[in-house]
Order: sequence, then C-alpha cells, then structure tokens
Amino acid sequence: MANTEPETAPSLYQAREPIFPRRVSGKFRNLKWAIMIVTLGIYYVTPWIRWDRGPELPDQAVLIDLASRRFFFFWIEIWPHEFYFIAGLLVMAGLGLFLFTSAMGRVWCGYTCPQTVWTDLFMLVERWIEGDRNAQLRLHRQEKLDFRKARLRLTKWALWLLIGLGTGGAWVFYFADAPTLARDLVTLQAHPVAYITMLILTATTFVFGGFAREQICIYACPWPRIQAAMLDEDSLVVGYREWRGEPRGKHRKAEGAEELGDCIDCMACVNVCPMGIDIRDGQQMECITCALCIDACDEVMERIGKPRGLIDYMALTDEERERAGKPPKPVWKHIFRPRTVLYTTLWALVGIGLVVALFVRSDIGLTVAPVRNPIYVTMSDGAIRNTYDVRLRNKHGEARQIKLAVAGEPELFVQLEGTPYSSVSVPADSTSQQRVYVTAPAGSDAARADSIDIRLWIEDTANGDRAYKDTVFNGRGN
Amino acid sequence: MAKQPQKKKEEYETTGHEWDGIKELNTPLPRWWLWTFYITIVWAILYTIAYPAWPGIKSATPGLLGWSTRANVAAEIAQAEQANAAINERLASVELTAITDDPELSSYAADAGAAVFKTWCAQCHGSGAAGVQAGGYPNLLDDAWLWGGTIEDIHTTIAHGIRNEEDPDARWSQMPAFGEILPPEEVEQVVNYVMSLSPSYEPKDPSLVEASAEVYEINCVACHLEDGTGDQFQGAPNLTDAIWLYGGDYQTVKETVVNARFGIMPPMGGADLSEAEIRAVATYVHQLGGGE
Repeated sequence: MANTEPETAPSLYQAREPIFPRRVSGKFRNLKWAIMIVTLGIYYVTPWIRWDRGPELPDQAVLIDLASRRFFFFWIEIWPHEFYFIAGLLVMAGLGLFLFTSAMGRVWCGYTCPQTVWTDLFMLVERWIEGDRNAQLRLHRQEKLDFRKARLRLTKWALWLLIGLGTGGAWVFYFADAPTLARDLVTLQAHPVAYITMLILTATTFVFGGFAREQICIYACPWPRIQAAMLDEDSLVVGYREWRGEPRGKHRKAEGAEELGDCIDCMACVNVCPMGIDIRDGQQMECITCALCIDACDEVMERIGKPRGLIDYMALTDEERERAGKPPKPVWKHIFRPRTVLYTTLWALVGIGLVVALFVRSDIGLTVAPVRNPIYVTMSDGAIRNTYDVRLRNKHGEARQIKLAVAGEPELFVQLEGTPYSSVSVPADSTSQQRVYVTAPAGSDAARADSIDIRLWIEDTANGDRAYKDTVFNGRGN
Repeated sequence: MAKQPQKKKEEYETTGHEWDGIKELNTPLPRWWLWTFYITIVWAILYTIAYPAWPGIKSATPGLLGWSTRANVAAEIAQAEQANAAINERLASVELTAITDDPELSSYAADAGAAVFKTWCAQCHGSGAAGVQAGGYPNLLDDAWLWGGTIEDIHTTIAHGIRNEEDPDARWSQMPAFGEILPPEEVEQVVNYVMSLSPSYEPKDPSLVEASAEVYEINCVACHLEDGTGDQFQGAPNLTDAIWLYGGDYQTVKETVVNARFGIMPPMGGADLSEAEIRAVATYVHQLGGGE
C-alpha cells in the first residue's frame, strides 16, 4: 500500500478568500433589485403606518409593546396568553420553508434572506465607491495606503455605517411609538436601551454586510444545513448543463474547436458569484441560488450566439433526460408534487386554524383560582361561603361593565368583595383581579355537599359577550 | 482556495510521550489565550482584596470596598420605608372610616396589612385568617364579631388586645366558671338550652330545654341577653348564630359553661407595631369578608 500520510498536517483554520463579485444585469438581477426594494421598503415603512384604535390604545399599526406585553398588528391585538398565535405563525414559517425549499431549493437564501439583501446593498455601495470588480481588486492588491485608497475605504465604511445605523434605527421603532421615539432619539432623550439596541444592530449590520458576508451563510447559519435535508432530486436548483458546456475551451478558432462544448471558460459565472464558487463544479454547499451566474452566462451566450440556459434553474432529474436528448420536465411538474402538495395542505390547515381561532376568540375572559385557605367559611346564619380569586380580562379599547353569575346550583349567589354587587367595571385593555364570594344558603344542597362543580359565567353588559370557567364549590360535607 | 503556509511535520515539538506510534504533540497555547489566563489570575487576586473573601476564625476579610449583602438589604429596606413614609403618615392620620373611601389608601393598607398579618397574627388566626377553633382563635373571615366588626372596633381590639392587664383600654370580659356556682343538673339544663339556640346543633336532651329557661334567665341574660344574641359591648358571644368560637357540640359547650373561657390576645400597639401598621392590618381584617 502506498503511504497515504499527507505531506503536511492539515490546518484547522481556513483563511477567507476575498470575493469581488462583478456587476451583472439580467432578469434575475432585476428581480433581486425589486425584491430588495420591496423588503427594505416594508422594513422601513411599517413602523410609521398609523392605525386608529381609540383613545386608550396606541395608534401604531405594528407595535411590539414589551412594557405592557401587547402585540399590535393592524386590527389584531395579541396578549401574552395568546402566544399560540405566534407559535402557529412559526409553525407556518417552518412549513413554508419546507414547501419553498422542496420546490425551489434555497430560494429564501438567494432572494429574501436579510443577510443576502443587506449584503447586496453593501456591495452596491462598494461598487459605487470603489468601482467594479477589477477596480476593487486593484485597490485590494495595492499595498501602499495612499490618500486615494484611504479616502475610498473611509467613504465606503462611512456609508456602510450609515446603512447600519438606519437598520438598527428602524428596528427600535417596532417597539415604541415611532414618531415619539424618533423625536426622543434626535433630542437625546430616548431610553438608553434604544441607543444600545441601535448600536448593536449598527455594528452587526456593518460587520455582517461589509466583512463577514458569505461566511455567515457558510459557517454561522443553520438554515442551509436544514435546507440541504429538504432538497430532493426534483427541487429546482441553479445548475450547469455540463453535457452541453463540456469540454470547455477558450480558443474557438483553434484546431479541434468543433469538439468543444458551449462553455468558453470566460469565468463570468465565477466572477459574479457572491459566494466565490464555480457553479460548474456541480452542486455545492455554498450556493445560495441567487441566480446571478445565470444572468452572467446568458449574457455571454447571447453575445456568442449560443442558446441561453447553459447555467439555469433545473432539477437533478432533468440531467438524465437531457443527456438522453429529451426536453426537461416542465417547471410546474417539478413544483407540483405529492411532497409540495402535502406541505401546502399542512401549511394551509395551520393557517385556517389560526384565522378561525382569531375570529372565535373572545374579547373578554377570566381565570378563576379558588381560595383554599380555608376552603369555606361558615356565616352566622349557617350559610357557606367560598372565595375565588377571579381575574377579569377586557380586551376592548374602552372600560366594560362585566357581570358575574354562577351556574350549577340555583341557590348559589355571587358577590364581589367589598360591594353588594355582582358586576364590576374593568378598565380598557387590562385585567382586573377581584375577590368573588359565592354563597350557599344554610341547609341548601350546595352547603351540605362535600363539593360540587359550578361554572362561573361572565357577561359583557355592553354587547352580551359571555365567557365561563369551571370550578368547584366546597360545602361543609354534612 | 488559498493554501495555508503549513509547518512540516518534523518541526512539531513532542512531549516525548508515545503510545503505539502515536506521539503527543507539544502545542503551545495561543498567546491571547495565555494572557487571558494570566489576567484572570490577577483579577481573581484583586477581587479577593476588594471584596469579602478570605475566611478567618470568626469572619471573613471585609474587603477594601466594604461591600456587604447585609448592608445592601438594610439600605433597600430603608429606601422602601422612605418611599412609603408619606402614605404611612397619611394612613396614620386620616379618620379610620375614611380609609375605605380612598381607593389608593385602602389598597395600600390592605396590602401592607396582609404583610403585617402574616408576621404578627397568623400564628393564632392562621395564614388564611380562618382561626383555629380548637384553640378558641376566632375566624376573621365570617360576619360574627365578639367585639364588633367596624373598622374602629377592629382597630381598638388590635391596638389594646384582649384581657391585657397592663392596658385599661383593653377588651375585657369575664364569664364566671358556672361549675362552681350551679349544681350539676342546672349546668346540664343550661348546656342543652344554649345548644337549642343555635341553628347548627340540636340539644342533647330536648326535654331539659324548657326547664332551663329559668336558669338561663338568672345566670346568663346579663351578658348574653334574653334572646341569646349576646352583648357586644361586654364581648359576650352571640349564642344564636351558627358560629362557635370553641365549638358547639355538647361536650365543648359543657366545658365552656363549667370552666368558662378566657382567650387572650396580646396588644399590638405600643412597642410592636406603629399606628400605620395597626391601621393597615385593621383595614386588611376588615376587608376579609366580614367587616361591618
């Protein structure tokens, strides 16, 4: 056997190879610009949308109010006990990821992931300041730090920092009233947490978008690893028609040129790749399917008069068919498969469930905790009284009068502590804890039983909404 | 992909240990790691000088910064008292009956009173204020009051106590031990009579009830009143309700009649509790469900 021991010990550290992607234009590039404008637009504009909820509630359409533990989303208001809506949305996001990945590969990574969108934006700035790939390369290789290099670098970093500041600045507006916070931020009166959050997000945006870039996808992000398990041979991925392109060669006029494939080895696909890979090497972990190599190659194919699509969206199953000279399966057949139908069905079921839950949920509610120390009190006339800690919930934007009643035994009657009444006003958008007495007259069945099941009802006197909780009433047991 | 400049294998230092051809490399720690390690050592030594650390025979070294958890707690308590000073003063100075009309004051008093109750009252009356019948500690949740259930009455009882010999304002009642006064058959009669007054018990021997009315008339009416409802000014319990301080069964009532009962409640005024605290706990007891 040959000595397989390597000559050198392997290094555990992989130095980053700087990547200078070339500008490219084409339909996927245009699509990515459009998606960038839409996603960034949503991100920056959303906190400024107003939504009238009445005088007692904030008028910001989307607001995560951590201090009072409320989440506002247009006409929807979520309280902490309704966190299952968030859980449901996360389940939908997960299933959505499964669906899109099994149908279209890493389309999330390539088009909509914030890391991709912001890196794209940072590269745009970089090209604007330092020029395209070749100029950037020259600047990178120039060892002497002259005035021009310093100026270009500083300008670029300053612009990146401004973008980072804008990113962190927009983030904090989701957590407080945007116009007020904006004024406070400018006049230096905002809470330190706002400034700290902005600083941290500015720093992460600057580092992730400017320097870490593809390393986040390759080393830091768990998403690609999960997505790799979601892909199958029918998923659409960006690939190279190797059977058409190979053998590649530059010299079209040279001898034996007629043997060559369509690939002229111009490296356009490599030069535009933000991940620094060569798509012609086959499927790779680093590829985020941003499709920029498709644009770059199509441009070249156009110029040399060959059909487009040497690099293209395709599924692995297409390869065999195309090698055999048959046309690839139509795209809808790749997308419409039992697997994707199943994901869509599950996704829709969760969605329908959430929407139904949203519409049937009550705007008033209660929790009941029987007081067990002592379990009952004998009154002087022999009546038996139980006490309950009742928390009444009013989700309306104004105070509501809530009436309590008890079902289960006709003799029982309800009274709120400190009052002769059975109804109480609960302030707008809040809960109110009340001690509630339920009394069974002397000699009644409830007073003599060990314990009976009762149901506490509440009713919103304004619109007749009702809700209940089951609990027990303890008698003296003789 | 860039090739890292890598050392040749033989350049690696080994510790000289070798097992089955596997050598242990002597790879030094990275410099930043080593320096961090040294800095933590220095930090740890400085820390033990600045903060309480080294144990002695009786106590540990106090540390140069003089930091102490005990002092922190004391400072926090002082701060809390400082913060509550204004409302405590208001609580101590307003009319007792005005407390319930002021939502802020009454909610503060009930919360503060609950804390006082847990510390000073729960030993006898129980943490849920339901009392202990076996010991004659009254239930404070019901609507029966020996000495009155208005906030003023409750306040007086708490401040001065019951059968407190050192305080002329204390609640005081004294039921004679009828075992020494009445012949056994009359005791028997009056026990049955008392049981017949309550809705919750039947007399043991109903035939004695009628004959005992005269004994009750002579011996008990002065305090428990003719109809048995009891004179609250004298702390005489209502015998006609369903609530029994010590128990309403034959044996217990008989023992009460023969030996009498003298429950004691210590006064909370003076050294133990401040006026604001007494008012707070009075408010708490008053709002437990039986206050008048």
